[in-house]
Amino acid sequence: MLQSGAETYRVEDTMTRMAAALGFPGAHSYVTPTVIMFTTSRTEPVKLFRIAERTTDLQKVSEVNDISRRLSERQITAAAARERLGKVDDAAHAYPVWLQIAAAALTGGCFTIMFKGSVQDALPALLASGLGYAAVIYLHRLVQVRFFAEFSASFLIGLLAFFSVQFGFGREMDKIIIGSVMPLVPGLLITNAVRDLMAGHLVSGISKGADAFLTAFAIGTGIGLVLSLF
Amino acid sequence: MLLQLVTSFIAASTFCILFNAPRRALLQCGLAGMVGWIVYLQLDRQWGMVTATFAATLIVGIISIFFARSFKLPVIIFSVGGIIPLVPGGLAYDAMRKFVENDYIEAVEIAVEALMLSGAIAAGLVLSEVLGQMFRRSGS
Repeated sequence: MLQSGAETYRVEDTMTRMAAALGFPGAHSYVTPTVIMFTTSRTEPVKLFRIAERTTDLQKVSEVNDISRRLSERQITAAAARERLGKVDDAAHAYPVWLQIAAAALTGGCFTIMFKGSVQDALPALLASGLGYAAVIYLHRLVQVRFFAEFSASFLIGLLAFFSVQFGFGREMDKIIIGSVMPLVPGLLITNAVRDLMAGHLVSGISKGADAFLTAFAIGTGIGLVLSLF
Repeated sequence: MLLQLVTSFIAASTFCILFNAPRRALLQCGLAGMVGWIVYLQLDRQWGMVTATFAATLIVGIISIFFARSFKLPVIIFSVGGIIPLVPGGLAYDAMRKFVENDYIEAVEIAVEALMLSGAIAAGLVLSEVLGQMFRRSGS
């Protein structure tokens, strides 16, 4: 659940609720973006889970939420809940990769128009953001460093935007770039970070903020490199 | 205006595909995003960016709570789609680009602006949640 980008308080809340439903009213959990610590009572040893990979997967969040609600309303047994949770964990991304890339492309094109770019700029943005997103997916599979994948994707976007303006397909390079990088930028992460901070989850707020900063830095560097090359 | 409506709808729902939202929620995500963006555009001219963002997020939050109740899905699914157009991701990138280009003063300015906007969004979401809880308590 935490891997799939749920809010910190939701993870903590779900865990204690499920534990209470199973007969452990004194359960405690402590959650940050990289670790979950959980104990069922004062005398039991604490369990610790490390979270290495973080994405956003709302389908999983909603399914786990559903299971926990049913468990606490005693509609299903603990064993059934465990089995279903295992299934959710194994499930792959619900949308095929080509559809994700197409969605990213559409997003880029639409954002270009929304940020007051012309329709003429939307076409190169469509292309650039689709390719950029595809680059992130495949490069991330190739090398496990996310910074590198984001950096090269934004470099690619920058190149495409530059050449499309050079050859007269688009008009404003800025508008094309800003639309195209929208599928990559960590806007949601920033908002979640501030929200965590407001809710008093200081550690997870700051680490989410650092994560967002790093991503923005990767994208900014990629584009900046293109701009300084030409 | 019409173009803005259509594009914000498409952008919000396609973004939800990237976030792997359940298929049956995509339409509502797009709707929430569209409403949020239009409210923002209308208020932006008179009230400035931060207030407009706050108001738009508040409305998006209320809409998503309403959707979440009627479709029995977590609020986050709808609110993500709704706030995506408002979120200052573009600004964050812009700030970083200015840093890379050695334009530090401008960069800090934009970064602070992005922080203010995300604060406004977070406040709007929290406030709408509080309102939702108050409504539920008085209702039951």
